[in-house]
Amino acid sequence: AGKSKVDDEVLDDLEEILVTSDVGVDTTLKIIDRIEERVSKDKYFGTEELNKILREEISGLLEENNSGSETEFVIPQQDAPYVIMVVGVNGVGKTTTIGKLAYQFKKAGKKVVLGAADTFRAAAIDQLKIWSERVDVPIVTQKMGSDPASVAFDTLQSAQAQDADVVIIDTAGRLHNKVNLMNELGKIKKVMKKVIPDAPHEVMLVLDASTGQNAIEQAKQFTRVTEVTGMALTKLDGTAKGGVVIGISDLFKIPVRYIGVGERMEDLQVFNKYEFVDSLFGEEQEA
Amino acid sequence: MFENLQDKLERSFKVLKGHGQITEVNVAETMKEVRRSLLDADVNFKIAKDFTNRVKDKALGRDVLNTVSPGQLLVKITHEELTELMGSEHEELDLSGDPAVILMAGLQGSGKTTHSGKLAHFLKNKKGKKPLLVACDVYRPAAIDQLHVVGEQVGTEVYSNKEEKDPVKIAKDAVEYAKQNGFNAVIVDTAGRLAIDEDMMNEISSLKDALNPNETLFVVDAMTGQDAVNTAKEFNQRLDYEGVILTKLDGDTRGGAALSIRAVVQKPIKFIGTGEKMDALTPFHPSRMSDRILGM
Ligand SMILES: Nc1nc2c(ncn2[C@@H]2O[C@H](COP(=O)(O)OP(=O)(O)OP(=O)(O)O)[C@@H](O)[C@H]2O)c(=O)[nH]1
Ligand SMILES: Nc1nc2c(ncn2[C@@H]2O[C@H](COP(=O)(O)OP(=O)(O)OP(=O)(O)O)[C@@H](O)[C@H]2O)c(=O)[nH]1
Ligand SMILES: [K+]
Ligand SMILES: [Mg+2]
Ligand SMILES: [Mg+2]
Repeated sequence: AGKSKVDDEVLDDLEEILVTSDVGVDTTLKIIDRIEERVSKDKYFGTEELNKILREEISGLLEENNSGSETEFVIPQQDAPYVIMVVGVNGVGKTTTIGKLAYQFKKAGKKVVLGAADTFRAAAIDQLKIWSERVDVPIVTQKMGSDPASVAFDTLQSAQAQDADVVIIDTAGRLHNKVNLMNELGKIKKVMKKVIPDAPHEVMLVLDASTGQNAIEQAKQFTRVTEVTGMALTKLDGTAKGGVVIGISDLFKIPVRYIGVGERMEDLQVFNKYEFVDSLFGEEQEA
Repeated sequence: MFENLQDKLERSFKVLKGHGQITEVNVAETMKEVRRSLLDADVNFKIAKDFTNRVKDKALGRDVLNTVSPGQLLVKITHEELTELMGSEHEELDLSGDPAVILMAGLQGSGKTTHSGKLAHFLKNKKGKKPLLVACDVYRPAAIDQLHVVGEQVGTEVYSNKEEKDPVKIAKDAVEYAKQNGFNAVIVDTAGRLAIDEDMMNEISSLKDALNPNETLFVVDAMTGQDAVNTAKEFNQRLDYEGVILTKLDGDTRGGAALSIRAVVQKPIKFIGTGEKMDALTPFHPSRMSDRILGM
């Protein structure tokens, strides 16, 4: 604090903060280049101004979250149920995020139906069932080992029959370098279209805030197979900052919609990019 | 996405040679490439910095600059140093005692329950043990059911008590049950927790105090980024664990967290997890991990 101009030391500190927040070297250099450019234009440049510019530059890399109001859980109004398919690698928080989302949509007066299309992982169906009971929304299941596409099909049909507003489909965690498992997602998507031609309306990629640079490859591969339309960033209640989403949002033009900040039903928030950027520069980090 | 470090260095040395003299300053430039490569692999910022400084000194000591292929030699030195840092030998589990007790700990979703099952499979098939799995995650929806399914997959009995909410009580009862029923190894699955969650960290310390396990294993996702050092350090301060299991290495992560964790807590990585199946558990090899971190 108390520095009056942007010198190498300030930029070095900035680099450290960004890299240790998992922003990644490429994106960090991109940000620093932009700052340097602006600094060279305007010679007298205080730290306070730097903070403002930093905020602008980084938020500029984050895609606009078009879900409407900044703090509410809203989905587009439409005739057929709005279908959200949730994807991501193992253990990031897909099922939990679905439970939390169901809670929010229900609270907003929507009729929600869940589909347990993770038929692979041990007790994944039971896990989502418990969430459906907690939130008190209907769920469609088949038994472990059955075809996930068939579960998705059933869920959409059931949702349509019930005149539901939102359908959320859970899928098994899969590493993005496993070709067969990734192709399975394409199949699930295709089968949904037989019930609702433009479903899924949202493919939500869930990323764990503690993940490092590999998240970029995750985003790339899931986008390739399923055309991801939104992201949720989980586990931000820990010490990890989740900075990798900045580069991802910029590279693939996908907005971050929600953040997970705990394991309870209420622990999901609508993403706010200014708060997110501030959190990168919040407490001093120690390593 | 990541260019091989060796190719990168060879290229930058070619450029340097074009400019005539190679100096210490030039080496510093090349070390920037090494550092960047480590950061891309998620090695912690500070550790990458210290590491490259050390490699630089070593390289200058060996007169890298006057060799035919300085890039190759630098990569070789970097590789050697990485491997040494990560511990050269594979370290076995301590399975003494009757029963031997293994306590699993780690962040949410890192792979504790799955790896409890894999360890049971390993102890049964490779070590001739009769293991008992113990369900001490009383929080996560269907955590107990999950362990039962896993237990069934590996043909191992699971001790659980859905009425009991105190994991310490469950674990103690389980050890008693093991003694009375001829189980000579006990694997305790626990809930995921954040290092900054005071109550949950107290819980896992109490579990450790009550069980006095042979092995407390810190289970960590190989895709973890810069936060790996904080978490590994915090868990180590509370638990002084015996070793680490690095999971999900069947992905394409370069796994720099391995180096960061090793460097910050000085505890061996004992196993790596390479899949969701129960036999996807293998001993850790530092040299292969170095290849991976360097993108080779
Ligand atoms: N602290 C914290 N934990 C979370 C958050 N979201 C999920 N979790 C926990 O992370 C663990 C994994 O969550 P799941 O929802 O099962 O993850 P998943 O992606 O469905 O996992 P798979 O289906 O096995 O791939 C659980 O212990 C959750 O309680 C969060 O925002 N904060
Ligand atoms: N590909 C792959 N997946 C793994 C590996 N280990 C675990 N998983 C998957 O990762 C997800 C989380 O694993 P769990 O064993 O439930 O993790 P956990 O640490 O017990 O999670 P919590 O109890 O919620 O804290 C599941 O989908 C597992 O199948 C691995 O080595 N490779
Ligand atoms: K994780
Ligand atoms: Mg799940
Ligand atoms: Mg578990």
